[in-house]
Amino acid sequence: MSIYQEIILEHYKNPHNFGTIKDPTKKTSVSNPLCGDEIEMEIVFKKNKVSEIMFKGQGCAISQASASILTDFASGKSKDDLKKLDKNFMTKLLGIELGPNRIKCALLPLEALHKLI
Amino acid sequence: MDLKSHKADFPIFKNLPGLVYLDSTATSLKPRFTTDKLMEYYTQYSANVFRGVYKISEKATEEYEETRKVVAEFINAKRIEEVIFTRSTTESLNLVAYSMGRKIINEGDEVVTSVMEHHSNFVTWQQLALENGATFKVIDVTDEGYLNLGLDSGQVIIPLGTGMTLNLDNIITKKTKILALTYLSNVLGTINPLKEIIQAAKKINPKLIVVIDAAQAIPHMKVDVQDLGADFLSFSSHKMLGPTGVGVLWGKYELLDEMFPFNYGGEMIQEVYIDKTIFKHPPHKFEAGTPHIAGVIALKEAVRYLERIGMDKIRQHEKEMVDYTLKKFQITFGKKIRVLGPKEVKDRGGIVSFTFGNYHAHDIAQILDEENICIRAGHHCAMPLHQRLGISASARASFYLYNSFEDVDKLVRGLKKVENTLK
Repeated sequence: MSIYQEIILEHYKNPHNFGTIKDPTKKTSVSNPLCGDEIEMEIVFKKNKVSEIMFKGQGCAISQASASILTDFASGKSKDDLKKLDKNFMTKLLGIELGPNRIKCALLPLEALHKLI
Repeated sequence: MDLKSHKADFPIFKNLPGLVYLDSTATSLKPRFTTDKLMEYYTQYSANVFRGVYKISEKATEEYEETRKVVAEFINAKRIEEVIFTRSTTESLNLVAYSMGRKIINEGDEVVTSVMEHHSNFVTWQQLALENGATFKVIDVTDEGYLNLGLDSGQVIIPLGTGMTLNLDNIITKKTKILALTYLSNVLGTINPLKEIIQAAKKINPKLIVVIDAAQAIPHMKVDVQDLGADFLSFSSHKMLGPTGVGVLWGKYELLDEMFPFNYGGEMIQEVYIDKTIFKHPPHKFEAGTPHIAGVIALKEAVRYLERIGMDKIRQHEKEMVDYTLKKFQITFGKKIRVLGPKEVKDRGGIVSFTFGNYHAHDIAQILDEENICIRAGHHCAMPLHQRLGISASARASFYLYNSFEDVDKLVRGLKKVENTLK
């Protein structure tokens, strides 16, 4: 099965939550110098829950689609919920099987999210 | 070039009939002559070398040393003893840095390399300089992908084979102890005019040690170490149809003889006492421990195969492959594809690195893999070069004697699929 499923391509071409927040509670940036993927992520918490989350970045389709899908998921979730997210969760969320090299691209946005909580 | 018969020599194409292998710069495929010879050693005389006073050990030793002779003739070394077997090009380069570098580099000296180097010929010298308080100088490249051996006027491009006299006053000084350069860039494909560079550099400083990374040159073109005028030259078996795990270091005998040993242990000693050790002379001084016997033995079958086909024919074939690829890219994708490196086919080896629109190299490679097309994506162990070119990654297709125009056609069709998927 190709990893370039419609849902991935849709999020890659028209990413959700793409941009910046005026007064974020916290912001961070992560990168993978090996392939040049970069993600900047900003977040606003209200009562320990995500009220707003945005990202900007560049890189491969997988890293960018993953950021779009993950930020969708994270909206409204509590810090404790988000802390639990791991590799297995991301694989299920994206619905594709990734090899050892490409899984790093998918996990980059999660690394950013974990730095924010 | 009769491709069909050559392709039949590579069993992988029987096992994977649809395979389009465009990553010979990373490693080459293996002809049956190589794999048969590996099996021959393991099934017929799999004894250790040098030590045994029995027939199969003597046979193994004879086969092992025969490869040294075949390799020495292949690169036109002055003496067979100038060929040392290592694990890889990387180890060969590190051997020179360790055994020669430590001996001659002092504070205030200069170590020079270029920005187009593979990390193995870059980090090695950078660290040697850092550890010893020497100055690390890096020759830039022009936007076209040539070494920038700039005179006062800025960029100077030295066309190959013109015998032009160079002035390297801005790069090489009397303090420069080591100049380390690639023969053929693994990203740009640029073939550097080494003979002219070495002549000019040694004119400024006759004591200069010149180290060449020939990992991408030796498999693809005729190389004559005496004609080049270098002091050391490194390459790998696995990129020239031989087994993995074997590298070669060629060095001038007088230099090898005066260098520190690399690894201490068995097989590199003449006599050992409680208070001192007398080492063997090259090459065995540098081959401590049991080597990759089967790999070394099988390497000569790869060399003989290359010689039967002819290095000039291989070079010519790759030039035609690159010419065809550049034209096809231009016609099909126009400016959407940016090819890195010289535009002149005669100045480059069988390597075409490129960026394609704003598609990430990993996406390109992955979608091509769905069509059984193998290319490389990333920085190809040349991060400083990619930084210099202002890109984080590139895609790279590279050719060898088993590739055909049909492979390029498939690559172009695959790239159209990439475009359709990601646009």
